[in-house]
This record gives sequence, structure tokens and C-alpha cells, in this order.
Amino acid sequence: MIQDLLLTAPFTFLSAMAIIAMVVDALIKNSARITFLFSVITLIVSGILAIATFGQHGIGFNGMVTGGGFASYFDVLFSLGGLLTIFAARSYLQREGIEHDEFYSLVLFAIGGMMLIGHSNNLLSLFIGIEIMSVVFYVLSGYMRSSVASVEASLKYFLLGAFSTGFLVYGMALIYGATGSMDYNHIAMNITRGSLPLESLLPIGIALMVIGLSFKAAAFPFHQWAPDVYQGAPTIVTAFMSTAGKAAAFAAFMPMIMVLMPAATAKLQMTFAVLSAATMLIGNISALAQSNIKRMLAFSSVAHAGYLMMGLVAGSQSGYSGIMFYLTSYMFMQIGSFIIVGLLERRGEEHLEISDYAGLSKKHPVLAAFMTIFMFSLAGIPPFAGFFGKYYLFTAAIDAGYLWLTIIAVLSSIISVYFYIGLIVKMYFNEPEKEMPDTEIGLSGMSLVITIAGVIILGIMPSGILSIANAIFGHSSH
Amino acid sequence: MPHTDSAGLLFLPLFLPLLGFLSILFIDRVQEKAIKYVTLIFSLLTFLASLPLWFVFNDGIDGFQFYSNIPWIPSIDAGFRIGLDGMSLLLVVLTTFIMPISILASFQPIGKRLKEYYAMMLLLEFGMLGVFVSLDTMLFYVFWELILIPMYFLIGIWGGKDRIYAAVKFFLYTLVGSLLMLIAIVWMGLYAKWTPGGHFTTDFLILKQLAPGIPLDIQIWLFLAFALSFCIKVPLFPFHTWLPDAHVQAPTAGSVILAGVLLKMGTYGLIRFNLELFPQALHEFAHPIAWLSVIGVIYGALVAMVQTDIKKLVAYSSVSHLGFVVLGIVSVTPEGLQGAIIQMVNHGLSTGMLFLCVGVLYERRHTREIADFGGITKVMPKFAVMFTIAMMASVGLPGLNGFIGEYLTLFGSFQSKFLNNPWYSIFSASGVIFAAVYLLWMFQRVMFGTNDNPKNHGLTDLTKSEYWQLVPLVIFIVWIGVYPKTFLSKTELYAQTLVGSIEKTVLGTSAYPKIKAQKIQEHVNHKSGH
Repeated sequence: MIQDLLLTAPFTFLSAMAIIAMVVDALIKNSARITFLFSVITLIVSGILAIATFGQHGIGFNGMVTGGGFASYFDVLFSLGGLLTIFAARSYLQREGIEHDEFYSLVLFAIGGMMLIGHSNNLLSLFIGIEIMSVVFYVLSGYMRSSVASVEASLKYFLLGAFSTGFLVYGMALIYGATGSMDYNHIAMNITRGSLPLESLLPIGIALMVIGLSFKAAAFPFHQWAPDVYQGAPTIVTAFMSTAGKAAAFAAFMPMIMVLMPAATAKLQMTFAVLSAATMLIGNISALAQSNIKRMLAFSSVAHAGYLMMGLVAGSQSGYSGIMFYLTSYMFMQIGSFIIVGLLERRGEEHLEISDYAGLSKKHPVLAAFMTIFMFSLAGIPPFAGFFGKYYLFTAAIDAGYLWLTIIAVLSSIISVYFYIGLIVKMYFNEPEKEMPDTEIGLSGMSLVITIAGVIILGIMPSGILSIANAIFGHSSH
Repeated sequence: MPHTDSAGLLFLPLFLPLLGFLSILFIDRVQEKAIKYVTLIFSLLTFLASLPLWFVFNDGIDGFQFYSNIPWIPSIDAGFRIGLDGMSLLLVVLTTFIMPISILASFQPIGKRLKEYYAMMLLLEFGMLGVFVSLDTMLFYVFWELILIPMYFLIGIWGGKDRIYAAVKFFLYTLVGSLLMLIAIVWMGLYAKWTPGGHFTTDFLILKQLAPGIPLDIQIWLFLAFALSFCIKVPLFPFHTWLPDAHVQAPTAGSVILAGVLLKMGTYGLIRFNLELFPQALHEFAHPIAWLSVIGVIYGALVAMVQTDIKKLVAYSSVSHLGFVVLGIVSVTPEGLQGAIIQMVNHGLSTGMLFLCVGVLYERRHTREIADFGGITKVMPKFAVMFTIAMMASVGLPGLNGFIGEYLTLFGSFQSKFLNNPWYSIFSASGVIFAAVYLLWMFQRVMFGTNDNPKNHGLTDLTKSEYWQLVPLVIFIVWIGVYPKTFLSKTELYAQTLVGSIEKTVLGTSAYPKIKAQKIQEHVNHKSGH
């Protein structure tokens, strides 16, 4: 028992703290300040715990969860995403007048769910993790209660999300039926042993699970919810959902692929390749046509899911570590750009048009410069983190024999450059059309500094993160 | 083998601009004078720091000098590998020489957002120097792309009327080419990994050893991916359409840098990658590329002839002049190659000077239409002398620099075994005549005739600052024209060894088809052994 708790220390600690935070909420009025500090400490501690348990390997709680390595990496990533989010959230929520007490404990719960996804070694624990995370997301996206768009986003997300969960559960059931187990290791063993009684169910089960997870990752053709939800949800929630949420989806994808790959290597790879190509093309082409900045970033987030899937297609060590690196750099650049959007928006709907950003460099030179760096990074221009993320994924895909997919990825990056630099054109080359509000950066500055440092440091010195990621898959427990 | 002697010398000129860029960021934007002079001082220091390279460089050594290799991303064996050979030495010194002049030329015209402007100039210099010294494909690519960012802002913020269109066009054109190059870079790294006992690498020197072993059909694809990227940058006809837009819209200093250095990155890349790595593929494509460069020479000249805007005229003359450079490269003769390299420098000096002269006129009259001028010689005699020198250098008058480069490239392509067809030289020689026509005609309309436009009456002659921007250029234009040996001697050994080795591998027994068959056999062996 102690062994099990130690193995999953970051996750169990965070979950316990989330519950305490909720109790505090219930007992103390106007507790936002307390829960904020409480959450910051919790996230820092669980991040440290994750780093401390990095070297551990093994399974706990009767094979339900794993610890160390892969899971620890994601624990750190989620904690970091949470920290960046709540630092920026504090002033954002106050400005928008929606700083209700339970926000921070909800974020903690979502992170708890994500961590469980990263730790899961069993379809059941995976499912529980996904559900905890999703339910919190449904609530958070409707957090701006007075805004119709926010409520609509919440409802839409909930209905479609529930539907996709159905696919996920059905897929899991079929996989269980085919292999006779929920446990990853047993499933893998039974598949490699061969001669399964209901083998024909396996591909259907895999397909249904891929559908369910593609929905969570906002990949084509299950991305339709993303633009509306990302636009309607409070900006800071969107930042959180589109980065940590996506990372969680890939934390679910990777072990699953590693386990199920032997069953359907070529077909599964091809399926992912087609999905990946379609996702990046649709995402980038749709983003071209957007006039709302949140919608543009939402579609670009769809496209980034496509790039990430290239790592799944490769299905190799370099592919998986490429995904890890990309998720990390994506977290910095995406959260960073949403924080800037959040700083400039008012009452949830004003100053969100791309044309509002005209001449921003005069009024807010530093914000404009940061936004420019995030945009160049998202577009994959060196020497920023986004470039190396793409580079590793491209290398992995070519190495796996998917040159055509890489060429499509390159072409779609070129499309994406057009709207990313379109924003820079607005900020630097155009004269202001509308006065942008003064804004108090406050605690968001902390997140901004961390994200910008991340984007630049990962771009110039990518080897640290990469060697960690490589070490995970060099001797993986999965 | 690369030589590591006094490798430290190369770091100073490379990193001084970056240091300058960072220091500009910390100067308050209202301190306009400080920003200007700090930038100028850093660019001058960079130039001074690059001079020791020139004197320490040993002409008699084959291979890279000042080589250093610092690990950067061990997992893909990317390193901070830098070094110089004769070609890159010339281009590095050209860059450090042009930059202070362009910065000085910006003092007057650039009136808004000085902090961003000068920061971008230094970042640009850092990127350009990085491109010329990189001996690692990854590092090269990072520097190559790094240049996009400052250049994009230079055109987009401080450019002319259609600057946004020009900036976006410049960005997208360049990016299309360079992303294909990225795929080729990745593929070559993976090829190193696929060879028995190999590992992924971006070390240029290792890749150079491996490149001849790549099956010819794949070499051709890699060649095309690199060549497209570089030909867009050169720009070779028909990829040139971004250039006139970018030139016309860019501020004067931007045009000087664009013509002086940025375009050279394309021809540099063609030599460094296409010629050094894939000579066999080049042999396959020598004729189409030679035709394109001949078309570029003539087309550029003809289009220049009908321009009514002086700056556009000079921009199209670049298309024409760079055609000679590419022709010299694909001739694969020592003369052609040396001519191409010296012509890169020449074009940087003389076209840079022409753009400065156009800038001088524009500053006074805020127009660049030829029709708006006439009889300027009378009011601006000093300027007339400078403009004449720049124009004559560009025409290729013997005794000035342009003649040497054009003569060598034409001579090289005439006797090229690669091309084996004298018509290329004959056709492109007509470009020299056309150049005389369009430049002299423009000069006559602008500088001579009657000064009947009242707006042109009271023009002031060159200011001291303008004068001193132009004088250093004149010195080198005459120097190269009269005594080119100083510069040619740097590249002589490089050109001879490179051409020698290519002739041996590609033309060796002058039985080319045999080599192709042999390569296919190797390819089959490689596949089956895999």
C-alpha cells in the first residue's frame, strides 16, 4: 500500500489536496484567495513529487496504475500547465468578475484526472481519468455564466463529449471482450500470444477507442466542437483545455498504441497517417478564414493535434519522444498566446477580433513582441521551441517511411504561416483601428515570463527535454 | 580535414552583432541617438573583428579553417560547428563590410521605431554571418530561417506603400523553399543513420563524405529540394517575382543588404550544398539550370530596360547579374567558380552602391520615377561622380570590378566540360551589352539633359555622411577591378580542388552513363543489404 502510494505520490497528493480545497470552499466564504494560494502550493509540491518519483518503475494498486518515467513526465507537464493557468486566471477572473471560489479547486480536479490518465495501466482507470477531466472541462467552459456563448459552449461540449464517451466505453468493452482483460500488460500479452476467441472484435474496439480519444484531442473528423467551445469558454479556460487537455489525450493515446500496435500495425499506422494529414490540413485551412482570434487559435490547435499524431504514426521511440517534446513546447506557446488574448479582452467578447490587434505594437510593445514570438513558434520558425517540436516529429515520420505525410505537414505549415504572420502584420504593420484597453499584467506576468522563457530556451537548447523524453522510451515500463 | 588553429577568432565577429542586438533591447527607446551609435559601433567592431580572419586565413590550405565543434543537441548529433573556407571568408567580410554602411545610410531616412529597426539590423547581421560560417545542416537551417524574421519586419514596417504585400510575399516564398530543404536535411541525417554502424547526424563534413553513396535517383530529389530553396533566394528565373516587390518596398538599407548579402546566401548555398554534395545530380540538371540562368540574364536585362522606376530597374538588373553567377557555378570550371564567387562580391558592392545612390535621390525628391529627374549632374556634381562609378561597375567596364567577374564566368562556361556548349556564354554575353544599354540610358535621362523641373533646381549635393558611405565602396570596386588577385587568391585553391574532385567523380572516365549504371547497381546492393 505504501509502495503504491509512493509510486503515484504526485497524483494521490494532488487528488487529496483537491478534495481539501473543495471542503475549504464550502466552509469559508470568499475563499478564492486562500484556494488560489493553496492550489499554487499543491501544484508546485506535486510537480516536485513527480520529479522525485521519476526514476521509479512499476505498477501499483493491483495493476491499475503505473508510476515514474512516462507518468512523471506528464505529471510535471500537467502541474506546469495548471500553474501557468491559475497565475494568469487570477487577474483574468477578477477583471471579468467571475472569480467564484471553486475555480481553483476545479482546476485541481481536472489536473487530477489528467494525471490519472498518464498513470493509468488499465482501461478502467483510463476511463475514470478521462471522465474526471472531461466533467471539469464541461463546467469550466460554462464558467462565464452571464455569457450566452459560454453557456452554449458548455452545453455543446457536454452533449458531444458524452456522446464520444459512449464510443470510448464501447470500444473498451469490445477490447475487453476480444482480449479478456482490461489490464494493458495482459492485453498486450494476449494479443502477442494470438488465437483470441473473438479476434474480429478487436479492430472494431480499437477503432471506437480511437474515435473517442480523437474527440478529446480535437482531431479530424471529431474536431467540430473545438472552435465553438474554445471561442465560447473563458479565454483562460481555453488556454488550459487546449494544452493540458490535448496533452492528456495524447497521454492516453501513446500507451494504448504501444499496447495495441502489435495487433494491427500497418492498418493502424495508415489510419493515423490519414487522420493526421486531414487534421492538419483542415485545421490550418479553416484557421485561414477566421476573423476571431480565439477561433483562429482553436483551429490552429486542431492542426497541432495533426502534427502530434505524426508521432503516433511513426510509433517509434523518436516519434513518442517527439510527441512529448512537442506537447511541452506547445503548452508554452499556446498558453502564452491565450494569456495575451485574455489580457486584452473585455467582458468576454470585446477586443477578440484579429482586426482589433491592429497597431498593438504601439500601445503594448512588450505584449506585441511576446505574441510575435509565440506566433513564430507556433508557425515552426526557428530558433523557437515550435520548430524543434516539428523537426523531431518530421524526422520520426520520415524514418518510419512516411515521407508523404511529412510533405503534407510541411505544406500545411506553409498555410499556417499565413495566418500566424497575418496577426503579426496587424500588430506591427497596420495603424490602430480601435483603442486597445490599458491592462494590468499583474500575476499573469509570471506566466508570461515562464512561457516566453520556455519557448526560447527549448528553441535554443532543446537537448535537455529531449534526452529526458528519450530516456523514458528507451526503457519504458509499457 | 578541418583546421582548428585559432578557431576562437571566428566567434568574436559572429557573436558581436548578437551582443549588440541584446544591448539595444536594454536601451530606452527615447534615447534615439544612443541607439543609432551603439548599433553603428557594434557593426564597426564586427567589421574590425572580421579582419584578423582575413589576414590569418591561409590561402595554401585546402579545407575549412578556424573550425570548431561544440555539442549542441547530442541526440541528433547537431553541433555548433563553424568554420571558414575561401568562399565563406569573402562573404563574411563582405557582410561585415556592408553592414556599417547600411546602418549609416539608415540614420537619416529611418524616422520611426528606431529601437526595433536597429535591433533588427543587428539580428540580421548575426543571421547572415551564421549562414556563411555554419558547417552543420541544422545550424545552417536555423540561421537561414532566422534571417526571415528581421527582414520581414524591415520590409513590413519601414518599407514603402505596398510594404505589407511585399513582406508577406517575401516571407512565404522563402519559407516554401526552405521547408523543402528541411525535408532534405532530415532525409540526409536519416541516411547517415541507415548506413551500417551510422547514427543520425547533421555534421556537414560527415554528410559530405556520405553523399556520393546516396543512390542517384534519391540524390536528384535531394538536389532539387536544396536547389529550389536556393534558387528562390538567388533568385533564378522564374522564381524571381518576389525580388522586385521586396526591393522596391524595402528601405534603402534593406535593399542594400538584400542585394549585397541576402541574395548571396542563395548562390552560396548552391555551391556549398548542391555542388559540393550532389555533383552527379548537378550534372543531370546542368543544362536546364544553365538555360534558366541565361534566360534570367537576358530577361532581367530586358525588363530592366523598360522600367520607369530607378529602384525597380536596379532590382531587375540583379536578376540579370545573378544569372551570371549561377552560370559560373554550373559551368564547374575553376574559372567559372572563381568568377561566380568574385561576382557575388562584386554584385554586393556595385548594386549596393547603386541602391545607395537611388536612396540619395529619393531622400531629396521622394520619387524614384526616371521621368521626374533630368540634368541632376549640374546641381549634384559629387553625386554624379559616385553614381557614374557605381553604374560603370555594374555595366562591367574593364578596370572596375564587374568586368573581372563577368569575364571569368563567361570564360568558364565557354570551356566547361559540364555544359559542353558555348552558346550559353554567347547568349549571356549579350546581357553585358543590354546592361550597358539600360544603365546608360537611365543615367542619361536622370543625370544629363536639361534640368527643367523646378523641383530639381535646388537639390543639395552629397552630405558628408553620404559621401563616406560611398567612398569605401569605390575603393573596393577599383581594387577588385585593378588587382583582383588579392581576392581571387582566397578562393583559388578551393575552386581548383572542388572542380578537380568533381571532374574525377562525375566525368572521370568521360563515360558518364557507365557511372550511372554503376550507381544503380550500388543502389540495388544497398537496398538488398538493408
